[in-house]
Amino acid sequence: MKNNNHNISEDTVAAVANLARLSLSSEDIKLFQKQLAPILEYIAQLDEVDITGIQPTSHVLPSMKDVFREDIVHECLSNEEALENAPDKGDGFFKVPQVI
Amino acid sequence: MKTIDEYRLEIKTKGVKPVAADVVERIVKIDKDIHAFCSIESEYIKTRALEIQSQGVLSGVPVAVKDNICIKGVLTTCASKVLEGFKPPYNATVIEKLKKADALIVPRANMDEFAFGSSCETSCYGPTKNPHDLERIPGGSSGGSAASVASGEVPLAIGSDTGGSIRQPAAMCGVIGLKPTYGRVSRYGLIAFASSLDQIGTFSNNMLDCAELLEVIAGYDPKDSTSVNIDVPKYKDSVGKDIKGLKIGLPKEYFIDGIEKDIIARIEEAKSKLKAKGAEFIEISLPHTKYAVSCYYIIGPAEASSNLARYEGVHYGRRSSKAANIIEMYKESRNEGFGAEVKRRVLLGTYSLSSGYYDAFYLKAQKVRTKIADDFKKAFETCDCILTPTTPTTAFKIGEKVEDPLQMYLADIFTIPANLAGIPAMSVPCGKDSKKLPVGLQLMAKAFDEEMLLRVGSAI
Repeated sequence: MKNNNHNISEDTVAAVANLARLSLSSEDIKLFQKQLAPILEYIAQLDEVDITGIQPTSHVLPSMKDVFREDIVHECLSNEEALENAPDKGDGFFKVPQVI
Repeated sequence: MKTIDEYRLEIKTKGVKPVAADVVERIVKIDKDIHAFCSIESEYIKTRALEIQSQGVLSGVPVAVKDNICIKGVLTTCASKVLEGFKPPYNATVIEKLKKADALIVPRANMDEFAFGSSCETSCYGPTKNPHDLERIPGGSSGGSAASVASGEVPLAIGSDTGGSIRQPAAMCGVIGLKPTYGRVSRYGLIAFASSLDQIGTFSNNMLDCAELLEVIAGYDPKDSTSVNIDVPKYKDSVGKDIKGLKIGLPKEYFIDGIEKDIIARIEEAKSKLKAKGAEFIEISLPHTKYAVSCYYIIGPAEASSNLARYEGVHYGRRSSKAANIIEMYKESRNEGFGAEVKRRVLLGTYSLSSGYYDAFYLKAQKVRTKIADDFKKAFETCDCILTPTTPTTAFKIGEKVEDPLQMYLADIFTIPANLAGIPAMSVPCGKDSKKLPVGLQLMAKAFDEEMLLRVGSAI
């Protein structure tokens, strides 16, 4: 599948920034668009490769299938340890701004 | 440069505490110039020295640890503002292993933020300088680890390598840098960049020390589902082993225009040494080499964008004070905390995984990855080891490439394929260029054949 249009617009950068939960300024959006465009152009060379019938590699190790462990509880972090680095906490919970 | 054995002798004579105090003093002095450490954790080091029982294999020997490997209770921030103040509540498995070996752990070796980089310039703490020329980069992302060993601050260091982040700084600083086979060393406690590419590895000034450190950190870990249950050989036995009759492959795609003349010259000299010891060279081809950088810069950022989604100001790290609601909290915390290169890669990764682009980018890159891995499998049918340059240039000046991200990415051209294929690779120092900057050559071997790297590397 030849996809010649690898140009990324400022609107796309803004949309992607939203997905990535980054609050970019309009100057940043312009700058990243300028910097990402040549990178995406370079990456487009993968279109040259014949990948018919090729399996994707998600793991390099052939042994990497269904790695399980016994369902036994081992040592865990205590509630205090888990909350040690919390920016805001209370009553044994992480505290955040209103979600609902 | 003091070896592990020389440290052992010194510790036997003087004791662990005085040697630890000397180490701290030396680091404080040298780091004024090279800034290999985000911060010098003198209290931690001295307390650690008191705990050492002198039973372990590395008893009292200093080992610097990259700032992305979790040490319980010690600032571990991946050189990023987004993790400011973070003190992990647990030790990485490699840290547990180093503690069991009674090593003197020296935390917070400087790095590119979240390991995204090849120059150590994107650290929120400022760059590390190359000990051979303070105006130049040490390489990255494990620049601090490499510089700490090259400068003699410590004899050993551990870092991480996702696309070359151990081997490239090792080459630029003139030390040995080893990236083991994927799955050889546990990633539990390594703050993840790209989970299918990351590996923890070693820095040292000589091959025996490299083997010793590898023996300590390698091994199966049930806490890492990508850890492989293969016995850890006595790696020390491979150092200095005869190389007569070994076939060393020279891939034509790695000896191209654009490599500095002095690098080629030093490699030719190294080849002569190996030939004199009985190794044979054959030309091989790794035909998909030229697609490796593109492949990596889709897979790496894609996996990174997923791994970095957790930094949103909820559980740890920086939480923005500007947030009016939860979504704004995520966005502002991340925007304030991440540096430009991190943002670039997160954007790139998010884009290539997003609906409508997944097949064109990520899936395609995974298929090209299969072809790159197959190139190596085929090559190892005819040779025991592969030899290439580690980098196309020696250390460049600080600030020289920051404006051009693509130029920076192309510097990784020779190191990236080994990560994509999951095979072990090592950079070995082989002299200097006309500017007296270190040159490194790279050896690659079959999966789990680190012994071959140690064997051939020690003959150079």
